[in-house]
Amino acid sequence: MPSDAANMASRRHALKCLAYGGAGTLFTLAGGVLTPSNLAFAAGGTAGKATGGVPLFVQISDTHIGFSKDANPDVAGTLKSTIELVNAMPDRPDMVIHTGDITHLSKAAEFDTAALLMSALRVIEVHTTPGEHDVADATASEYFNRYGKPSANRGYYSFDHHGVHFVGLINVLQFKPNSLAALGTGQLEWLEADLKGRSSSTPVVVFAHMPMWNIYQPWGWGTADADQAMGYLRRFGSVTVINGHIHQIVQKVEGNITFHTARSTAYPQPVAGAAPAPGPLKVPSDQLPKMLGVSSVSFKRHPGTLTLTDRTLV
Amino acid sequence: MRRPQPAWALPALLALWTIAASATAPADPVVHAATIEIKGFAYAPRTITIAVGTTVTWRNLDPEPHTVRSGDELVRSGALDQDETYSVRFDKPGTYHYGCSIHPQMSGTITVQ
Repeated sequence: MPSDAANMASRRHALKCLAYGGAGTLFTLAGGVLTPSNLAFAAGGTAGKATGGVPLFVQISDTHIGFSKDANPDVAGTLKSTIELVNAMPDRPDMVIHTGDITHLSKAAEFDTAALLMSALRVIEVHTTPGEHDVADATASEYFNRYGKPSANRGYYSFDHHGVHFVGLINVLQFKPNSLAALGTGQLEWLEADLKGRSSSTPVVVFAHMPMWNIYQPWGWGTADADQAMGYLRRFGSVTVINGHIHQIVQKVEGNITFHTARSTAYPQPVAGAAPAPGPLKVPSDQLPKMLGVSSVSFKRHPGTLTLTDRTLV
Repeated sequence: MRRPQPAWALPALLALWTIAASATAPADPVVHAATIEIKGFAYAPRTITIAVGTTVTWRNLDPEPHTVRSGDELVRSGALDQDETYSVRFDKPGTYHYGCSIHPQMSGTITVQ
């Protein structure tokens, strides 16, 4: 039973974390296994050291530059705070992956603001995959003009970093009406060929924007043909599949494949099915315990992260 | 330059589905001007029948942006923020299925006759 003092500390810490919008996710590589930990806690000074691994990359997601409604009138400010957190990390990795919804409305000015803010990141590489909010302009050209080069404007590509094979996929351009996101045949064929000659002992990280498993179909939170992609990935000893889109942490482990969704740096969304529709969730202070409840469920799925949380709270 | 093609496509399949559906569904009343509201992550009305030459206007009432896209170039909006509208004049008879490129769970149909 926590004491009142502990409760106060817990609340203060929670408010601090909330103020950073969940910040991002740090991934470390330890013994070939990727371990995600919550960045808000990592910046507290313990996570990077505690996992004992090599910092591999930070995942930032759903920055939604251009959004200005009640749920967060200052998304640029929260992204800036996130970047400050990343830069202040004791074991800062040299790479950031942005898993999409960089902007809110795919406007040029929004992309420019995001790029300006992200340029303050003290990392060597920044990789991206678009969210549906990034390709919502009629020609989908704003995103590809800026970030299309690594993928030759296809949206999917792969690269190696510190002995880990990274695969960026795009699942926001081939929706099936009244259904889910999709990768499409061409991309799946490319993925199969890309993975074919690789040793099963190579750790693989797959990043996309929308969930690569069916989290909640009524809200479109899934990728219709993701199972086929998993079929190509299943033989690998360590596969980490990360995405954004739902603005909350949900994790699933299936054999050697770990699925992990990141928080947004902009605003939370309701838990699947907890509202008539998905969308920005305004969180008044008296709703805070409910928000914390959502976070703590995710933490229970990460024993390492849970430990860090407990330590911070005390 | 190669661009990924947004695929609301499957036009042939959808057309077949439409033919099958229209054989049993009662016909909607024909209108000559139409506004479709986007509210609660849904198009309302979701199904509408209009006369040739009718202009349809979509208005997004949600605080979340939506788009209106069909498999062809005729219906292809950018991101509509709250209270923004998008209009298309339909000059050819046919059945047009569309959806939101931001939210795959949304869909609507316009029949032009």
